[in-house]
Amino acid sequence: MSNLLLLIPIALFLGLLGLGAFLWSLRSGQFDDMEGAANRILFDDDDDQFSRKTKNFQQNDS
Amino acid sequence: MTQPALCRHCQEPVTATSPAGPDFCCSGCAGAYELLGELGLSSYYKRRAIDPKIRALRPDEDTAGNVDFTELASTDDTGIHHLNLMVDGIHCAACVWLIETLLQRNETVLKARVNMTTRRLHLSWQGDKADIGTIVAPVTQMGYRLIPFDPAALEQATLSRNKELLRCLAVAGFAAGNVMLLSVSVWAGYFQGMGGATRDLFHWLSALIALPAAAYAGMPFYRSALGAIRNRRVNMDVPISLGVILALGMSLAQTIRSEPHAYFDSAITLLFFLLIGRYLDGRARGQARSAAEHLLSLNARSITVIDEDGSRRLIAPQKAEPGMIVLTAAGERIGIDGEVIEGQSDIDTSVITGESIPVLIKPGKTVFAGTTNISAPLRIRVTATGGNTLLSEIVRLMENAEQGRAKYVAIADRVAKSYAPVVHFLSLATFVGWWLIGGLPWQDALMNAIAVLIITCPCALALAVPVVQVIATGRLLRAGILVKSATALERLTKITGVIFDKTGTLTTGKPELVTQTHPDALELAARIAANSNHPLSRALVRAASGPVMPYPNVTEQPGLGLMAQGPTGPVLLGSRAFCNIAENADLPSDVTGPELWFSEPGKSPARFVFRDMPRSDASQVIDTLRARGFDMTLLSGDRNSTVRQLSESLGLRDWHARMSPTDKATFVQARADKGKFDLMVGDGINDAPALACAHASMSPATAAEISQNAADIVFQGDRLGAVIEAIDVARKADRLVRQNFALSFAYNLITIPLAVSGFVTPLIAAVAMSSSSLIVIANALRLHAKSVKPSGDRVFENRPQASQQAGA
Repeated sequence: MSNLLLLIPIALFLGLLGLGAFLWSLRSGQFDDMEGAANRILFDDDDDQFSRKTKNFQQNDS
Repeated sequence: MTQPALCRHCQEPVTATSPAGPDFCCSGCAGAYELLGELGLSSYYKRRAIDPKIRALRPDEDTAGNVDFTELASTDDTGIHHLNLMVDGIHCAACVWLIETLLQRNETVLKARVNMTTRRLHLSWQGDKADIGTIVAPVTQMGYRLIPFDPAALEQATLSRNKELLRCLAVAGFAAGNVMLLSVSVWAGYFQGMGGATRDLFHWLSALIALPAAAYAGMPFYRSALGAIRNRRVNMDVPISLGVILALGMSLAQTIRSEPHAYFDSAITLLFFLLIGRYLDGRARGQARSAAEHLLSLNARSITVIDEDGSRRLIAPQKAEPGMIVLTAAGERIGIDGEVIEGQSDIDTSVITGESIPVLIKPGKTVFAGTTNISAPLRIRVTATGGNTLLSEIVRLMENAEQGRAKYVAIADRVAKSYAPVVHFLSLATFVGWWLIGGLPWQDALMNAIAVLIITCPCALALAVPVVQVIATGRLLRAGILVKSATALERLTKITGVIFDKTGTLTTGKPELVTQTHPDALELAARIAANSNHPLSRALVRAASGPVMPYPNVTEQPGLGLMAQGPTGPVLLGSRAFCNIAENADLPSDVTGPELWFSEPGKSPARFVFRDMPRSDASQVIDTLRARGFDMTLLSGDRNSTVRQLSESLGLRDWHARMSPTDKATFVQARADKGKFDLMVGDGINDAPALACAHASMSPATAAEISQNAADIVFQGDRLGAVIEAIDVARKADRLVRQNFALSFAYNLITIPLAVSGFVTPLIAAVAMSSSSLIVIANALRLHAKSVKPSGDRVFENRPQASQQAGA
């Protein structure tokens, strides 16, 4: 019995955590462009996509 | 035919006389290619995938007429400017990448994000607000068109509704999963002897999760049910809400009394399933609608006003005032009603009159918004605005028609209307029966009554329609057929007749060369014609084989013809009178239609006859529809002879020519009054009232804005087969909906006696409800599986061509 008292709150807490994460991502607009998100993963960001950011990184490194 | 070289930028064939050399079709493309090279973005060409069905992007050679976006940008507290724009021309992910990269190259840009689903761009930058012009310049140079839009006005309602459904869905899903976990333990406990205290603890935990979750996630249903009851109607949401609330209430009472049966899991799982159906339904229709909206917004162009001091500015057509002078370039759509004060040109009036051949316009003549100016620039004085324009008159006609159209009640609501009272009566009868006749204490009698409500709660019934609709709408969407109205598919199944418009609907709206007297004259004639935008000239160029090199030094006289200086004297291409040919010239004239004459000194004149050809599959579609017993009518605003010719060639017996917009609407209305269900297919502004009158309506994506708004379904592409496709899918969907209803009723037939006699336990309820939902969904999926092949063949017929082009 006592393990139930521990495990059920843990299960519920983890579930709530997932729910909260989903609601957060929904609010922050991550579900606004499903098609774009599916395609964006195919862009290689090595060349141009984030040119400015990479530049900054390089400067920091050196 | 030799394969012409393809433009390195847009992949269009390059004409021999291209001003941009052998590699590019125009200087716009050459500029774009060069710009990409300079920026080191040439990998764009490797990334993109050109879809042959969509016109390749061709940058305007003259981008001077860009709209100034400065006023549209908003600035936040931190001095960062934000702007939302709609982007036309996004085909694939490479376009998204290119636009974002081009914008981010500018040091002042903080964020440039293109939403690929809605094809909208959000841009934020710092510094000077007026910099926006230089920031977006590279994008417009690539040929993308940027259109300002008001994010608040566009489909915000649907979007936030769908987001709410998704939130509810998440909450319900979380709760359903956890409650089910606890319930399974309780059910297992039935057989393994779980202690009462543990069971009660689990019930309390379930209540703790399910009650707040159901209160939140059930809101869409409660709201809709309340709304229906306030209007003294019953919809599907009434029995759903009632079932959920009663089940939860009773379960709570049971838990308090420490009884063995609680229905928390059934109630919350029910909500979860229903929300899935509702969310998918909303999303499918939202996609179709936003695609349709996107198509429309592309037509919304601004007009060029010339002020008294001679300066030009672009304004929205709604802001025009009478007396303003508007400049309309050749090839541009006229945005206002007005009188021509300067210039002479041909005007394509097919959207208003249905006539496929342009009319000549001279100063003093009136032009209407929606028509297209073809050959030469015109200065127009605005004469009517707002409610006085031809367009708003048509809108009034349309609104009248819509009011007249009886409000269609969706099949689900019709079923609910008869279903709900039966269920509620049964439940009451169970309560009264057990309490007064069966002699049970009232608590137990009430429990049996509520069990009836739960078990009959139309889980499967409420899923029966939306699931089928989602799959049907999605299938049509992939075929380029956008279903805008929620009840369009249901209405489509009732159709017994189809009414077609002619120009632009049955025909392509583009004339094609059908006969010629001197085939050897075609090449030179086409070279001269290549200098003109007139539809007949264009047709002549299309008819010539291979790339056509435009003949130099050609002058165009709008409405008459083209004149060029040949080696032996003037060469003329144009009307019979223009070419000085006697009326009785001895030439075979068995074919009638719009014609062009061609005269060269020392040679006998040549005659080219054109016809607005039917769409490639028009006669096939008409034959198929006839074979299926639809009665078909052709309504056109065009001349008698033209309409007769077309209807005879297609085998349509019932045709009416010279119909005004009002005539068309009255005709459709009269048929509707006789109890006929017609599908109206039309594209012109003149068809809009008729589209609104008809039982169901479709229009091609090339149609006038107002017609697309009026139509229930908008189809893309050149093929009229979309009409059959839509009817087919609608019928199949209807059959599946009816099967689904039958399945849920059959399930109720078995479970209701069980519930009435008091044998239902939460376990039985859960099993019965989920299994019936699964059966209904599985049945709906057959729409997908069974017919993927034929539709796939039809839709992707262009594919082989595509690979050829890509390979070339």
